[in-house]
Amino acid sequence: MSTREERHTVTFEINGARKTVAAEARRLLVHLIREDLGLTGTHVGCDTSQCGACTVEIDGLAVKSCTVLAVSAEGASITTIEGLTPGTDLDPIQAAFHEHHALQCGFCTPGMVMSVRQLLKDQPAPSEHDIRRGLAGNICRCTGYHNIVRAVESLASKGEQS
Amino acid sequence: MSQAPAIRQIGQPLRRREDFKLLAGKGRYVDDIKLPGMLHMAVLRSPHAHARIGRVDLSAARSAPGVRLALSGQALDGKIGPIRPNWIIPGSKVPSRPVIAIDRVRFVGECVALVVAETLAEAYDAVGLIDVDYEVLPAVTDEEVAVRDGAPQLHDNVPGNITTIYKVRGGDYQKVSREADHVIGLRVVNNRLIPTCMETRAIVAAPELDGTLTVYIGSQVPHMHRRWIAETVGIPEHQLRVVAPDIGGGFGAKMHLYSEDLLCPYLARELGAPVKWWESRSESHQSTSHGRAHTERIEVAFTNEGKILGLKVETLGNVGAYLSNMASGGPTVNTVNFGTGTYKIDNYEAISRVVVTNTVPVDAYRGYGRPEGAYIAERAIDAVARHLKLDQVEVRRKNFVQPAEFPYRPYGSMGVMYDSGNYQGLLDKALAAFDYDRRRSECEALRGSGIYRGIGVAAYTHMCGMAPSRRLAVSGFDRGGWESARVSIDSSGRATIYSGSMSQGQGHITSLSQIAADVLQIPIENIEVVQGDTRQVQAGHGTFNSRSMAVGGSSVHVSSQRIVAKAKKIAASMLEVDEKDVSYSAGAFSVPGTDIPPVTFSKVARMAYVGHKLPDRLEPGLDETVFYDPTGMGSPSGVHLAYVEVDPETGIVDILDYVAVDDVGTLINPRLAAGQIHGGVVQGIAQALYEEVSYDADNGQLLTGSLLDYAVPRAEHVPNIRSLFQETPSPTNPIGVKGIGESGSIAAPPCMVHAVLDAVSPFGITHLDMPLTPPRIWAAVQEARKGAGQ
Repeated sequence: MSTREERHTVTFEINGARKTVAAEARRLLVHLIREDLGLTGTHVGCDTSQCGACTVEIDGLAVKSCTVLAVSAEGASITTIEGLTPGTDLDPIQAAFHEHHALQCGFCTPGMVMSVRQLLKDQPAPSEHDIRRGLAGNICRCTGYHNIVRAVESLASKGEQS
Repeated sequence: MSQAPAIRQIGQPLRRREDFKLLAGKGRYVDDIKLPGMLHMAVLRSPHAHARIGRVDLSAARSAPGVRLALSGQALDGKIGPIRPNWIIPGSKVPSRPVIAIDRVRFVGECVALVVAETLAEAYDAVGLIDVDYEVLPAVTDEEVAVRDGAPQLHDNVPGNITTIYKVRGGDYQKVSREADHVIGLRVVNNRLIPTCMETRAIVAAPELDGTLTVYIGSQVPHMHRRWIAETVGIPEHQLRVVAPDIGGGFGAKMHLYSEDLLCPYLARELGAPVKWWESRSESHQSTSHGRAHTERIEVAFTNEGKILGLKVETLGNVGAYLSNMASGGPTVNTVNFGTGTYKIDNYEAISRVVVTNTVPVDAYRGYGRPEGAYIAERAIDAVARHLKLDQVEVRRKNFVQPAEFPYRPYGSMGVMYDSGNYQGLLDKALAAFDYDRRRSECEALRGSGIYRGIGVAAYTHMCGMAPSRRLAVSGFDRGGWESARVSIDSSGRATIYSGSMSQGQGHITSLSQIAADVLQIPIENIEVVQGDTRQVQAGHGTFNSRSMAVGGSSVHVSSQRIVAKAKKIAASMLEVDEKDVSYSAGAFSVPGTDIPPVTFSKVARMAYVGHKLPDRLEPGLDETVFYDPTGMGSPSGVHLAYVEVDPETGIVDILDYVAVDDVGTLINPRLAAGQIHGGVVQGIAQALYEEVSYDADNGQLLTGSLLDYAVPRAEHVPNIRSLFQETPSPTNPIGVKGIGESGSIAAPPCMVHAVLDAVSPFGITHLDMPLTPPRIWAAVQEARKGAGQ
């Protein structure tokens, strides 16, 4: 067995639950999330870290989970799209996407929502320009981004824009 | 039970019923499916554009960990395949396409061998151990080069690399070109694109205990896939169940028959286990069909006043290494039939040649042929305006087909008929929204201060919902033009619609519910929609050619009408009156002019199932299936305007505004309709400014092999889209719908190119080919300055 296939034990917290999983050294976090944990809301849309469909939150930061080896998630606290909707109520970002028709096929949507979370954390009152720049890591092929921008604008806190 | 809707549901901007699961990360795409004992297939793809295959050594792969099977094309020869096109233009020479290449590969990415292993990682590892001897042959990737004498030949039965020659003619172009004040020529390139659905293709084939086979595939056309897989793999169609779960975009790319669609079902039966294949993005670039890839030579004859007298077109449509599913129809019927666009051009002559090259097969991509056709008409009329130094808007107005001329057959065509439209109305609405006159002056004023702004105009029309069935036979399309819908009412009066259409993000659950709700007069929440399972949905053709509302929606409308007609009979029996005295409104059957208490739809539904009081000879139940075959096709149209600023020092294009005014007939749901325009326009802007598949002309290597090299636009690369509508209902179907999905990607490319050409016109630049990337614009400006001695 070569080193890439060697299995390592990795322990982390995901959507509030503590998990210990054995993973090959070469395994990507996105595959661990999707296949070992069955959290299939995190998607794989490319193989060069361009599309952002696999975006999750790791220790409070939006990260493309295809850029992270599973073993390096040791001790991390991870939130995936499923963590935003434990029940039947959408969180405010998801609700804004619904309200503004900011999704069509829905494949990019979970990653897009996770990136919007980060964007609004960094800039609570983003301009349209800020929004478009802030979502540069996520590709959507259906909406032309128009309604995604509208959804994020609706979430921008009022009166703080300078 | 909730009240019947008080207002008409068609036309309401309802929010989507399908959103929750997708937002919550609970969608179910094919790659999310994991079955017990599931094996994984990986494919070895040709690294050469053209080569003879020698020895294929599978021994190391076969003995690798976890490997259950490894095979090459020889092993399948005579067992499954070949892959046949579904649309074959009469007279076409069809090259044989094995499921896996047998003795020769013809494009980088063609399947050469495969491995099935217990995990995907093991399958990938083992593919890396396959050793193939290739004898490399000269390759050709460009359509103009491929038709030259001495070009490498791809198929013995396709001399000159031309599979199909298709001609269209009306009037007498030769005569008017001799008499015209002006005749100008232009050559335009319609750049090759990668459709880029965010979900790549994936398939799971699973043998069931009862001997049937279930195939999970992200298919726009589930029933067509069932037929094709049955016929090509040799599985009885009734023992095959095709399930299309949530689909992450289609845009045409998921309506074809690919090798992997056949390999997984075959292997699942051979191995007695579920077999999954998932396409990586880089694999997708070299295995999923590309789009466009045309070169057009255009000649236009016109008067001093800018009236176009005649148009001549020569199309070379590059279809890649084989004739893919619809490939012979794209550059021919779908393109040159539409070459005159929205203009009254009575003298038209076109010839299209379908050309094979050592590239990924090219097939339908959002608009398929109509973007290329509109580009012909629009680039021609823009060239006329530029040549005569006339206003681009006035030249269009002068040549438009007039509202009174519909239904209109361009150049006396037998195959093309535009059912309805009002192009002047579209143009006026677009100009007003855009504030054209003010911006025109603004452009002129700013040029003096070294700011280069430009306005682009483009008009389009096309035809949606290929039909009727009997007419498709003439063009060699091996399918019908109908769509099927079953409306099944349960004993409580709630409805389930089984629709043969297939949403890939369009929102059919919402829009089809709206159509049914108006006829059935029941609340939207009392309606469920089922698509994408051939065991549940009786029959269908699926979603392509912007047909799902016009044809699929009409089939829901008609089957709902049949439900109401039968319910009325039952109600009459319950009310003990004559059927003709019963009227249905607000969800209740009543007898106007009497004090007989009305009976609700839900009570009638219950009676239909208990059957206690039915009219004589009326079957129990309230369940109607329709195969709706349209009598004609609807013709959407539109006028788009773009405002851009070009920086001549960098070649960067800044899009300042984009206005789209589209006439897609009756709007079922204006919110979803605008969404279709936004997405389509951005794909069109992407073609115009950013995206292009590149091949190395010397060796046929794909240079845009991943999303690192292929420029799909991000949010910051595109503008807001101002989408407006004009509603001229189509007379061809009962709900007046024309079709919307392809509009944006048809209109936006010429619109954007015209805007940029207008912006750089002070430099004397009159022609640029897409994509208008900064280096290309910058180089043109430099060249023009050099020519001007600046």
